Amino acid sequence: MKLAAHGLTIAKRLSEVSLQLEPGSITAICGPNGAGKSTLLEALAGLLAPVEGTVALDGISVQIMAPRERAQLLGYLPQAHEIAWDVPVRSLVELGRMPHGDSLAGPVDAALDALDIAHLAQRRAQSLSGGETARVLLARVLAGEPRWILADEPLAALDIAHQLALLRHLRRAADKGAGIVLVLHDLAHAMNHADRVIVLDGGKLAADGACENALDPQVIERVWKVPVRWIGEPGHRALVGG
Amino acid sequence: MNRAVLVFGGLLLVALPLSLLAGRVWLDPASTPNASLILAELRLPRALLAIVIGAGLGAGGAAMQGYLRNPLADPGLFGIAPGAALGAVAALWFGYAASPWLLPAFALIGAGGAMALLAAIAGRTGGIALFTLAGLMVASLAGALTALAISMAPNAFAMSEIVMWLNGALTDRSWREVWLAAPLVGLGVILLWRSGRSLDALTLGEPVARSLGIDPQRLLWLLIVGIGLTVGASVAVAGIIGFVGLIVPHLVRPLTDSRPSQLVVPSALAGALLVLVADSVVRILPLVTELRLGIALSLLGAPFFLWLLLRMRRGLA
Repeated sequence: MKLAAHGLTIAKRLSEVSLQLEPGSITAICGPNGAGKSTLLEALAGLLAPVEGTVALDGISVQIMAPRERAQLLGYLPQAHEIAWDVPVRSLVELGRMPHGDSLAGPVDAALDALDIAHLAQRRAQSLSGGETARVLLARVLAGEPRWILADEPLAALDIAHQLALLRHLRRAADKGAGIVLVLHDLAHAMNHADRVIVLDGGKLAADGACENALDPQVIERVWKVPVRWIGEPGHRALVGG
Repeated sequence: MNRAVLVFGGLLLVALPLSLLAGRVWLDPASTPNASLILAELRLPRALLAIVIGAGLGAGGAAMQGYLRNPLADPGLFGIAPGAALGAVAALWFGYAASPWLLPAFALIGAGGAMALLAAIAGRTGGIALFTLAGLMVASLAGALTALAISMAPNAFAMSEIVMWLNGALTDRSWREVWLAAPLVGLGVILLWRSGRSLDALTLGEPVARSLGIDPQRLLWLLIVGIGLTVGASVAVAGIIGFVGLIVPHLVRPLTDSRPSQLVVPSALAGALLVLVADSVVRILPLVTELRLGIALSLLGAPFFLWLLLRMRRGLA
């Protein structure tokens, strides 16, 4: 099931972005602040009405899909960690099953286990730390078993151990055929863990391709306006000032 | 069925017979003359009306707090109660109140007008911020027109009637008001109850709720019609009775897991209990004239609101 954007334009935030994403791989969306990364992700999730262009899943526009069908296929995790009420963790994760109209224990337990939060299931949301909250909210997405996982900065509140555990988990999901799209600020994570990187700059596509090409130091200098270089071996790269 | 339903349902079953006996004159079914007539024609309809409007206001408050994700929200803030009040005030102003059906009918038309205005302004986008602002605008417009009606009242009697009526009460209500309000409030509570799962999804914010397949427009319509029926019908038969919708979800929440869907039905029961008890208390108080129920609940509600604010400020500090 391919996810594609054609000539996607969202007023003042994205202009004419076209891309085709393949399932079974991890795609990172990178770019400086205000480049339109979150907007692109939200549009791919079918939550923003484009001024021009379309977002389509296997050729069917996500805008005209029934909301529930779209919700079964596209799991979306925003950057903001908003939990309005002090509800139990398990109820939050069960919300992920809402598009399916059930609260099946199997996928909910699997999501809790995958993010190492089964022991928090009975805890209340407001008693969680920032990192725990981030994992609970991602577990909510996983519990819905969507074909595509679209996550905005899922690593931001996590310590390094949980960042790596999460990336391993997302890799396993991709290996099972899910499409993963992540907005990432950390270019080293994008370089080491993504299969493909999309670089946005000022709402336009600045680079798109394999990590080594899309995150070439020249591209980074052009887009982020800082001289840098990569050190280390492929898969274990680190970015240092140029 | 959750714990809160059992607790508030049980308390309501205890409170109802007590409230039938309570009053300026305590009723002894064995010895009071005409006890059965007083019970059947005065106390029972009044108690049932208290239950009906309390249930509507409680469920409305729970749904409203869930929708706005704000524990300080009250259905009265969003234009429908002031709209209904304006309709009733118009009936009093024109001297139609002598007819038994015209005042509630005008109030329902006022509530319907406020709902239509809310839907026209905010209904197409389904956005929560726009809805809140539209509600505040409708509330202040209805409030201004009500003030205008009072200041231009045709005579002193009409003015005092309007002012008295605005401070809601259940005095001298009969079965007629029960039959009018009960079906409307019942339907409204069902609509609000049906919005529960969508309100649960809103716990994680509007974008997540939409990504989970919630249709924000449908949810907004459910709420406008649900609140319109519950609050509009309550104001139509009893005048403005504030703070019930604000207070009740806070009494219920500790007994539940705080999910908005788990609050609607218990809040209806707790609202019924609160209004029933408050109305019994105003009947018992040894005052020269009976304290208006709307004033009594405001005297209770305002300090409660302040306590909530202080508690929230401590939580933030």
